[in-house]
Amino acid sequence: MDITTFTSNKRFQIWGISLLVVLAALATLPQWVGSYYVVLLTFILMYILITVSWTIFSGPTGYMSLASAAFFGVGVYTSAILFPMTGAVLPLPLIIVIAGIISFILGLLVGALTLRLKGIYFAIFTFGLVLLIQRFLLWFEMNITATRGRFVATLDNNYIYYVMLVIFVATLLTAYFIRRSRFGLALQSIGENEEAAAHIGINVTLVKVIIFAISAVFMGAAGAIMASKLIYIDPYIAFNPLLSFMPVLMAIFGGLGQFYGPIIGAAVFAYLQEFLKTEFPFAYMFTFGLVLVMVMVFMPSGLVGMIQRLLASLKEGPQEKSTPSWTLIFSFLFGILGGLVSWFIFRERRGARVHLKVGGVVTIIVIAFYLILLLLAYLGELRSGYFGI
Amino acid sequence: MLEVNNLSTFYGNIQALWEVCLTVEEGEIVALIGANGAGKSTLLHTISGLIHPTSGSITFLGQRIDGLSSHTIVELGISHIPEGRRLFTDMSVRENMEMGAYPKRAWSQKDQTLEQIYQTFPILKERAGQLARTLSGGEQQMVAMGRGLMSRPKLCIIDEPSNGLAPRLVLEVFQIIESLREQGITIFLIEQNVRHTLEIADRAYVLENGRVTLDGTCKELLKSDHVRKAYLGL
Repeated sequence: MDITTFTSNKRFQIWGISLLVVLAALATLPQWVGSYYVVLLTFILMYILITVSWTIFSGPTGYMSLASAAFFGVGVYTSAILFPMTGAVLPLPLIIVIAGIISFILGLLVGALTLRLKGIYFAIFTFGLVLLIQRFLLWFEMNITATRGRFVATLDNNYIYYVMLVIFVATLLTAYFIRRSRFGLALQSIGENEEAAAHIGINVTLVKVIIFAISAVFMGAAGAIMASKLIYIDPYIAFNPLLSFMPVLMAIFGGLGQFYGPIIGAAVFAYLQEFLKTEFPFAYMFTFGLVLVMVMVFMPSGLVGMIQRLLASLKEGPQEKSTPSWTLIFSFLFGILGGLVSWFIFRERRGARVHLKVGGVVTIIVIAFYLILLLLAYLGELRSGYFGI
Repeated sequence: MLEVNNLSTFYGNIQALWEVCLTVEEGEIVALIGANGAGKSTLLHTISGLIHPTSGSITFLGQRIDGLSSHTIVELGISHIPEGRRLFTDMSVRENMEMGAYPKRAWSQKDQTLEQIYQTFPILKERAGQLARTLSGGEQQMVAMGRGLMSRPKLCIIDEPSNGLAPRLVLEVFQIIESLREQGITIFLIEQNVRHTLEIADRAYVLENGRVTLDGTCKELLKSDHVRKAYLGL
């Protein structure tokens, strides 16, 4: 790739500059926000980087990997062994690199074994890997080392944040350059038609295994630094299966078609998760699940796809096929309004049992109406072909 | 250039090719004809390394290639344009073409190659930004052939290019194949459209039940009673 023509590309310049601004903002952030936000941002960065590294491989190829938790957990345990509370064996940056390398090697092994499997078989096998390592470690810790969990040395929140930021930037750069490179195109063509990819001379297995392993590096590195944030870890915490599903959901939520889709998806999703958890500790999972179902049904191309479609319809004026109907717009407005109302009721009177009930009833009514409206809109749109079904 | 010697290939316990021998010399168009299930595609897949033979040998430019993997064989200069086109349907025409230049040898000069190919297939230049699946059948066949040529092959194996095309487009495809020969590319053509094939090829092999039953120049074959009866319906 010719670097000079590449950097003089206008689109690249705009993106590059805005990215630098965002980075500068992120880098100076701990100076002017409280430590809660630093921790929150650390988590959001972690989710984004795990989602983006999941997308490096699974986005273009369509192989749904559920091994993310395994790579993350390997990183966590690397840190737990080399950076225990009793004193660091090695300097931290080295530990993070080692965690990345171990994840890479695990990725190579697993990739070589499983990438001949397709579709659901691959997903199940990779998920099995998470449980396999988790169970093995549990057995090992109880019977051999006679412990259950381990304590990891703690670090300053800001320090963890900055390390996470560095891994985050490395992930984005790697993802971007892989996508733009010969291998990125090769991966995409493997996803489109594996046999044809072999016909035109792509070493299909090698490309798949290498990229799968590269995507594992960042998850391992993220696990290694997060261990210091978690302080106490055991196999259940380190190999939490939820972390295998999160990147898949976040990437689909954001939209897989564009490079920034998974980034936006993960950022919104991670914040939403935190917001719901703190504001509706009781209805958190319920609301979260509902939002997810909505997204899957109504936004098949994700947040970014939705925004692009709206922008396109604004630009080109009303079109029969691509303008959402008033019912749909109304239902979304109603949903937002209703959500705010029930949020205020919960927020103002939290703790008082009566009002909790009132808030709950209001929320359920709002959600029921919202669902009915969406259903109506969906049926109407179905006829005009907006959803392209 | 290409020499296939006593080649036998099995699918599990079933033998699909029985001691096939054939040669392709530089600058020739050599055709392989045969009915459905005769083993034509099996032979092609064996040559391009997607299946490995049980016995026999394949030599390309003096080098044994049986047992090599398919990407190494493409790197050596054999390009296989698969039956049924096998395009990357959700990628643009240009991206499809660029992927054809994936072998290291071809990647550095992909822009020049692309310009040359656009001269052979002007329609592809017009369609460059379109998704491959939005093209007509004939145009898709052009993309498949263009993609195969992007690796700058010395030998081009074309599997049933006229499959599913309207008669006028079939003629066009055959004209393009002849023009490729003029550009110095050796062609190994597999076809069911026997009449047209025998008109443009130099020599042909007839494959029946996994065995080569007949071979010779096209003129000889056109006179052969067996070919006339079984393949031309005369």
